[in-house]
Amino acid sequence: MNAAETPMVKAEAVSKAFGSNTVLRSISLEVKRGEVLCLVGPSGSGKSTFLRCINHLETVSAGRLSVDGSLVGYRQHGDKIYELHPKDAAKQRRDIGMVFQRFNLFPHMTAVENVMLAPTLLKKGQPKGQVKARALELLARVGLADRSDYYPSQLSGGQQQRVAIARALAMEPKLMLFDEPTSALDPELVGEVLEVMKGLAKSGMTMIVVTHEMGFAREVADTLVFMDGGVVVESGDPREVLSNPQHQRTRAFLSKVL
Amino acid sequence: MSDMPSRPAGSETPPAGAGAETPPEAIKAIKLRHPWRMVLAIVLAAIAVLFIIDAAVNRPVYNWPEVGKYLFDVRVIEAAGYTLQLTIYSMVIAILLGVVLAVMRLSPNPVVKSVAWAYLWLFRGTPVYVQLVFWGLIGVIYKTIDVGIPFTEPWVSFDTGELFSYFFLAVIGLALNEAAYMAEIVRAGLLAVDKGQDEAATALGLGWWHTMSRVILPQAMRVIIPPTGNEVISMLKTTSLVTAVPFSLELFTRTSDIAAKTYQPVPMLIVASIWYLAITSILMVGQYYLEKHFAKGVDQRPAPQRPTVATSATAAVEPGELPGAVPPSNRPGGGA
Repeated sequence: MNAAETPMVKAEAVSKAFGSNTVLRSISLEVKRGEVLCLVGPSGSGKSTFLRCINHLETVSAGRLSVDGSLVGYRQHGDKIYELHPKDAAKQRRDIGMVFQRFNLFPHMTAVENVMLAPTLLKKGQPKGQVKARALELLARVGLADRSDYYPSQLSGGQQQRVAIARALAMEPKLMLFDEPTSALDPELVGEVLEVMKGLAKSGMTMIVVTHEMGFAREVADTLVFMDGGVVVESGDPREVLSNPQHQRTRAFLSKVL
Repeated sequence: MSDMPSRPAGSETPPAGAGAETPPEAIKAIKLRHPWRMVLAIVLAAIAVLFIIDAAVNRPVYNWPEVGKYLFDVRVIEAAGYTLQLTIYSMVIAILLGVVLAVMRLSPNPVVKSVAWAYLWLFRGTPVYVQLVFWGLIGVIYKTIDVGIPFTEPWVSFDTGELFSYFFLAVIGLALNEAAYMAEIVRAGLLAVDKGQDEAATALGLGWWHTMSRVILPQAMRVIIPPTGNEVISMLKTTSLVTAVPFSLELFTRTSDIAAKTYQPVPMLIVASIWYLAITSILMVGQYYLEKHFAKGVDQRPAPQRPTVATSATAAVEPGELPGAVPPSNRPGGGA
C-alpha cells in the first residue's frame, strides 16, 4: 500500500472505558486524505472522547487507532506494543491540530503570540521574523489580520475561535480535529467560524468535526457518522443520512435537532 | 453604548444605533447625606492628632533626638543591609524550592507526593524559631560532612562548623521553613489555571516543560504574587528571629545590642521599626509592578474562559470587517 492510499485516520474496534464506565464500544471507521468527516450524536454518546483519542489526549483501552499509518500513543515492534515516551507522543500531536469548544486560547498572549507559540518553541532554527510573518498570514487567512495584537479577552467568541483555528494550523498539521467548535458561541457568531472551516475544507485539509450544525455537515462533510451510546449507529453520505436515516435512534435524534 | 434613545424607562432595549434623537435628561438628585460618617471622621482625626502631639511633647521616653542620632548610624545601616539580604536570599531559595515541592505534590507518583507532603508536615508543623535553633546546632549534631560510599572510609570530609557560617545557616533555616508555605501558594496558583490551557498546549505538541513554563506558570503567577508579597513582608520581620542561630548582625538584634549600651531601648525600637517600614514600603512598590506585569491580557478579575457575555461590547463583528477577510467569497449568515 503506498502512502497516498494509507487512510489519514483508521480506527479498528476502538474501545475506551473510564473505570467501569465504557464510553466507546468497538468503533471502526476510516478517514481518507482530504476528507471531511462530521461526528454527530447526543451528548454523552462518546464522540468527543473518540476525537480526543485521536491525538492521544485520552488513551485507547482496546483496539487499534492509527493516524497516517502509525499507531497513536504506541509503537509496534513485531507483535509487541510499547507505550510511547511523552516526548514522542508530543511529536505525534504536532501533526494534528485541535480546536476546542471553549477555544482555550492562552489569555496572557496576544492573538499573534498565541499562533506563534508552538512554532517558536518547536521549530528550532526558523528565524523569528519568519515565524511571525507566517502567523500573521494565518491570522489573515481566518480574517483577523487587524486583530493580531489583541488579547483574547478583547476579542469576541467567534474571533477567539478563529484565532484558535489559526493557532492549530501553525504547526502545519495534516489533520484537524474540531470538538464542537461553535457550541459555545452566540448564534450570530457561529457563521464566521463555520465559514473559515469551509474554506479549510475546500483547501483540501483532512478534518474530523464533532458538531451539532447539521447544515454545515450537509454542505461540507464527505461522511457523516452518527454515534450513540459509544457505538457508530449509522454512517454514510451526509445528505443521505440526514434526509433518509435508517435507524430509529438516528431518526429520533435528527427529529430533535433539525 | 452611550446613545440611549429617549424612551420611557422599562421599555425594551432598542437595537443599537437607533438613538439619534436627543439624549435623555441627566438625573439631578439631591445627594443622600451621611452625618455619622462625618462625626466618626472627626473623632478619629482628633484622636490621631492628640496621639501625635502627646508623643512629640509629653513622652520623654521616646527620646526623639536619640532616634535621629541613630537612624543613620553606620551599624544600623549595615544591619538593615543584612536584614534585606537575609530576606532576599531566603525568599529566592524558598520560592524555587516551593515550586519544586508544589509540582511534587501534584505528581502522579505516590512516593514523590508523600515526600512533599511529609516535608510540608514537618516544616509547617514546628515553629521557625525552634528550626533556627536546630540549624544553629547542626555543627554539634553533624560534626563532619563526608563524601564517599556509605559505611566505608570517606573520600573527603568537611568540618561542619567551618563550612557553614551563621549567616548561611540563618538563610537556610528561614528558606526551608518558608518553602513549605510557598509550596502551598504555588500549588494554589497552578490549580487555579483552567485545565483547558494544559490541554491546548498538549494538543499543540508542547512538552511538559514548555507547557509549564510558557502556559501554566505565567498564568498561575497572577494568583501566586499577592500572597507571595505577603510572605516577603512577613519574612522581612521573621529575620529578627535569626538571633536564635545565633546570627546577630541583623536589624533587630543590632539595635537591641546598641540599646543595651545606651540604656535607651525605646528609641532604638523606633529606629528599627522605621527601617522595617521603609523596606516594606519599597517591597510593596515592587509587588505593584510585578502584579501589573503578570496581569497582561486579563481584566481586574480573572475572566472565565466562557466568552459569550462580554463579546458584543468589546468587539462585535462589524459588518464591514468580514467579507474581504474570510477566504471563501460569500458569507451569508452561516451554515444552514
